[in-house]
Amino acid sequence: MMDVGRHPKIKLYAYSEVEKVSGYIGNFKVKVRKKARYVDETKCNVCGECVKVCPVAVPDEYQMGFSSRKAVYIQLPQAVPSSYLINMKDCLGNNPIACGKCAEVCDKKCIDYDMQDQFIDLEVGAIIVATGLDVYDPTQLDEYGYTRFENVITSLEFERLICAGGPTQGHFIRPKDHQTPKSIGFIQCVGSRMERRGNPYCSNVCCMNTVKDTVLLKDHYPDIEAKVFYMDIRAFGKGFEDLFKRSKEGGVKYIRGIPGDIEEDPKTGNLILTVENTTTGKIEKHNLEMLVLSIGFIPRLNPDPIQQLLTLSRTQDGFYLEAHPKLKPIDAPTKGVFFAGVAESPKDIKDSVTQASAAAARAGIILAQDKLTVEAITSIVDKELCTACEICYRACPFKSIIVDKEKKIPAEIIEAACAGCGTCGAECPFGAVTMRHFTDRQIFSQIDAILDENPEEKVVVFACNWCSYAGGDMAGISRLQYPTTSRLIRTMCSGRVDEQFVLYSFQKGAPVVLVSGCHFADCHYIDANRWTQRRVERLWDKLERKGIRPERLQLEWISAAEGQKFAKVMRVMEEMRKKVTKEEIEFTKKALSDLKPKGTKKVKVMAKATA
Amino acid sequence: MAVSGEELRIGVFVCECGLNIAGSLDCEAVRKYAETLPDVKVSVLNKYTCADPGQNEIKRYIKENNLNRVIVASCSPRMHEPTFRACVADVGVNPYLLEMVNLREHCSWVHLHDRKGATEKAKDMVKIGVARARFLEPQIEKEVPVTNKALVIGGGVAGIQTALDLADTGYQVYLVEKEPSIGGIMAQIDKTYPTMDCSI
Repeated sequence: MMDVGRHPKIKLYAYSEVEKVSGYIGNFKVKVRKKARYVDETKCNVCGECVKVCPVAVPDEYQMGFSSRKAVYIQLPQAVPSSYLINMKDCLGNNPIACGKCAEVCDKKCIDYDMQDQFIDLEVGAIIVATGLDVYDPTQLDEYGYTRFENVITSLEFERLICAGGPTQGHFIRPKDHQTPKSIGFIQCVGSRMERRGNPYCSNVCCMNTVKDTVLLKDHYPDIEAKVFYMDIRAFGKGFEDLFKRSKEGGVKYIRGIPGDIEEDPKTGNLILTVENTTTGKIEKHNLEMLVLSIGFIPRLNPDPIQQLLTLSRTQDGFYLEAHPKLKPIDAPTKGVFFAGVAESPKDIKDSVTQASAAAARAGIILAQDKLTVEAITSIVDKELCTACEICYRACPFKSIIVDKEKKIPAEIIEAACAGCGTCGAECPFGAVTMRHFTDRQIFSQIDAILDENPEEKVVVFACNWCSYAGGDMAGISRLQYPTTSRLIRTMCSGRVDEQFVLYSFQKGAPVVLVSGCHFADCHYIDANRWTQRRVERLWDKLERKGIRPERLQLEWISAAEGQKFAKVMRVMEEMRKKVTKEEIEFTKKALSDLKPKGTKKVKVMAKATA
Repeated sequence: MAVSGEELRIGVFVCECGLNIAGSLDCEAVRKYAETLPDVKVSVLNKYTCADPGQNEIKRYIKENNLNRVIVASCSPRMHEPTFRACVADVGVNPYLLEMVNLREHCSWVHLHDRKGATEKAKDMVKIGVARARFLEPQIEKEVPVTNKALVIGGGVAGIQTALDLADTGYQVYLVEKEPSIGGIMAQIDKTYPTMDCSI
């Protein structure tokens, strides 16, 4: 921690948040809000005079509420930057009549009640997301009695009670009577590996954390009776098994079974656990003076502003989705963004440090270069066809289009900022936008190839590259079986799927068409898939007006992790296909025979594609 | 004819991927079918197209037959598109003139028990790939300058380590932490396993 504070190449913005991110790999622009501390951190020398006179006392978050702090405080004694701050929510006010005591006693005049938040603009080439975790709140697991029984605490609270820098100076006591307990129990997997409540995944660190806690306790209090209730101890890392052995040799009892019920003896505050010991198959009761719930990790709670700013996705467990689970575990799907630590998945300190070094190395690959090649798949505008209507500008999630309706200046794409979703191309009513590498001509030609022969036997699927196509890959990797009738057309984003593609498919005799993309929060082009949704809704209306069943056009959001959903949707689509009659297909062909391509360019395109 | 007016010369390379693809569909039938598609000049079967011998064969066929569009019918483009783009670029074909057909993840692995259906679908998939490839155009990747500074969001143990490593490498690092001090959850922990030393 100290090394960060004094490193000449690190500029630390503590008590600050990232407010805005724009740009792309190698060239991000970032706006940081540095929140007002009301204490000048460059002048404060942590003398502590302000704290002595502050009349406010509130629970100390760092000590898990076991002790109090003042409204002017330092988060922890070793804080970096080493400076006090005032929490204005707690402060009596900057009115000298109300209080103002701290400012009076501060010799160095560090305290400034009028300090404002500052905004700092940064330019960076790479971004590392190390936003960490939240811990599971076991209050909802009513059978464990957390918050109902005073002597039931969490493993994080345990850390503060055993720590020499903690509220008790490391004298381990229980909350009810401030006495050192003679017996203590640990319950494992609290909030982890639970299917119905809590979370289904293993939080990785809790087994070893408890093993460590028991060793610490036994070192301090050799006579304490310690019992650990577990389903299995996962001690797979280097040196872990040795520590587990040391704990058992120290007399800690490991009982395989998770307690089903806990009662409190109201007189003593002791706890009576009922547990099925799965080694002996017997129901046991244990009387313990204190209980520690070994709580798991949870991902940063939604909505997480960082997720939206960097257009990140989450896996089903809620942690950030990496670009590839085996081959690119450090990279985010957004280029130039990397993960370090628990933000990506639960891991211990050693693994966090390892991943952090890996993230530094990955980011270093970008930073070491003078120049980078950027996306070639961008849009171009045919200025002759463009009417400067500004629809493309409204649709562009990156606002990478310059156009002026009033002055009739036709649209122009800022290519370095264009990410290549193709939404502008799909929305342009005049066919003026061409999406490189995913042109209308290419896609019409793919539709032709699918539907030239036996169209009634095919399901036409439009899948976005990042999520639904990848969901299809996941179905394959997981060997999930589905019918052979589906034919995929990949676009970078579902936002690229033009109305014309869908209508043309129906006109060519497609029984059913699926448009699929990322879930809303997951779209790799910020919110381009919102345009997909609007467009599909428009199409449903259009089909209905023409007497075509709108259900034949389906819209599904499938993430890269949802192989199962992809396979299921394919099965559902096949069931729908079977229900579409030949007569219905013929009727649709006729109803859409007057399909008018938008813009003159597209007339040519479709004529060629069908030729 | 390609958009640019040159004659289209398409090569199709069907990959068996060991038994990953060949195990559940008839690769030879797919290869043969590809020969019948418009503008396809050669259609080749490989055991492992991504391995060096497979890639060398693609390069050889491109050179010998003047191919200007390449279809690799193997696995997901999310997996090997960069591999094959580099492969064709090596012999002077613009990497965007490569088209991948995902026979593995989207066909052989999901239709393990329907050899006939899978083979018919695979043929169709190659046909769709060729249809698209006929309209592919070369693309040029532009170069942009790089700001050689990094932003680290979060000052817990992971953020601290990344910031230090990058700074020690010589890059300017901005470390943003929302709490008043860095340290994160780690700073609340007393001793850490397996070394039983202090966390701070």
